[in-house]
Amino acid sequence: MTFDVNHPVLFLLAGIVVAAVLAQSVYFLIKAWKRGKVLGMDKAKLRRISVTAGVFTIAPAIAIVIGVITLAKDLGIPLPWLRLSVVGSLSYETIAAANAESAMGLTFGQVSALIASQYVTITIVMTLSILVGIWLAPVVSKRLLGGMINLEKRDKKWAELFQSALFIGMIAAFVGYVFCDVSTVASGDLSGLIPVCVMLVSAIVMTISGLLVKKLKFRWISDYALPVGLVVGMISAIPITAWLS
Amino acid sequence: MKKNLSYIDSVHRSGRIWNLCMMVMMIGYPVAVMIIFGVLPDTKGMLLGLLATAPMYWAVGIIETFTYIPMLGAGGSYLSFVTGNISNLKLPCALNALEQANVKANSEEGEVVSTIAIAVSSIVTTVIIILGVILLVPLTPILEAPALAPAFAQLIPALFGGLGVVFISRNWKIAIAPVSLMLILFIFVPALNTSNVGIMVPVSVLFTLGISRLMYKKGIL
Repeated sequence: MTFDVNHPVLFLLAGIVVAAVLAQSVYFLIKAWKRGKVLGMDKAKLRRISVTAGVFTIAPAIAIVIGVITLAKDLGIPLPWLRLSVVGSLSYETIAAANAESAMGLTFGQVSALIASQYVTITIVMTLSILVGIWLAPVVSKRLLGGMINLEKRDKKWAELFQSALFIGMIAAFVGYVFCDVSTVASGDLSGLIPVCVMLVSAIVMTISGLLVKKLKFRWISDYALPVGLVVGMISAIPITAWLS
Repeated sequence: MKKNLSYIDSVHRSGRIWNLCMMVMMIGYPVAVMIIFGVLPDTKGMLLGLLATAPMYWAVGIIETFTYIPMLGAGGSYLSFVTGNISNLKLPCALNALEQANVKANSEEGEVVSTIAIAVSSIVTTVIIILGVILLVPLTPILEAPALAPAFAQLIPALFGGLGVVFISRNWKIAIAPVSLMLILFIFVPALNTSNVGIMVPVSVLFTLGISRLMYKKGIL
């Protein structure tokens, strides 16, 4: 069989794995939904959570499709489709593919037609490099989460603060990251302020939404505040970039 | 006799089975390509490629696993470590859902809510990528249009602006020190940039836990 990075067989193989990912997601969704009903959780509330999660996901998912397009130039469509549907993110996969290509004397972004052995080599490097979470999560998650439950039994208040501190720690890292290019302003380059301005726009939208919920009792707004803030922030990036670049 | 498992235990059991199967399937892709096309990998290229990539990814992967599991819950963890995009999609999605449902992350209701949010997010992502693959030819010029590029380049700031304002305003005492530290580090250490924000998440989380513990012991929180 003559190899091609877009060979139908590769689509079939990738499709099988992607179908399994979908099946796993549906399985856990049904399992959690049933448990929610047993716990007496309001069905309408669960439905609202699902709709919000779905709406919220659209913009980031489109960004992932752009990642597939970017990687497809070198690797064909099936491999990026698979890698970005299972575990991978664009930055990780780009580095892994670039390292594998460079190890074979190729340059990422300038590959026209991979031969089968090069393709397999790249696939193995990308797959083995990113596998850690898939096998480590089953090994440690029960013990880790059990530890959280024990912590709550010992000291309820500290357990709640512990959880908040985890979330705040993660958010703080990303807030810091948004400012990583701000120092360029000193040399007259204002482009480092673009992410800061976008973050502010999104934060303002969220604050206004919060105020509308509080003052006018428009509770439905809170369901869509984050997705709306995300999209408005992203759209604002277009004029902000034109202004500060 | 069938043993009655608690909900959480059954999530762990099925999660382990699913993740093991997914791991086998992922490794199965290159193996199947080798068998079908009758080729072997370029050994030197593979070893050099792995040497350049795997040690860093494995180290980050181990740290990320320990950092994110307590935030994602059981079902959310098994799903997220298969579907990926944790910090930029699954975790924010779960956090927003917990906020929306007004339930605590470490309660059973919280476990249910975060699992539902992450599962729906995974399904929507997978379906959108499938649609993107099917419509790749007509979509490429639209999605790669220079006019739209700045919007997708600023996904993370747009996401964490909204999320940050909710969580930081609610936990401002906890947030002051880690936000200040991260701002100082990212502004004044040129080596810190887009490529290593993932490594800074566990650093920030550990620092926040330490400071919070100290403040709690001193009666500030």
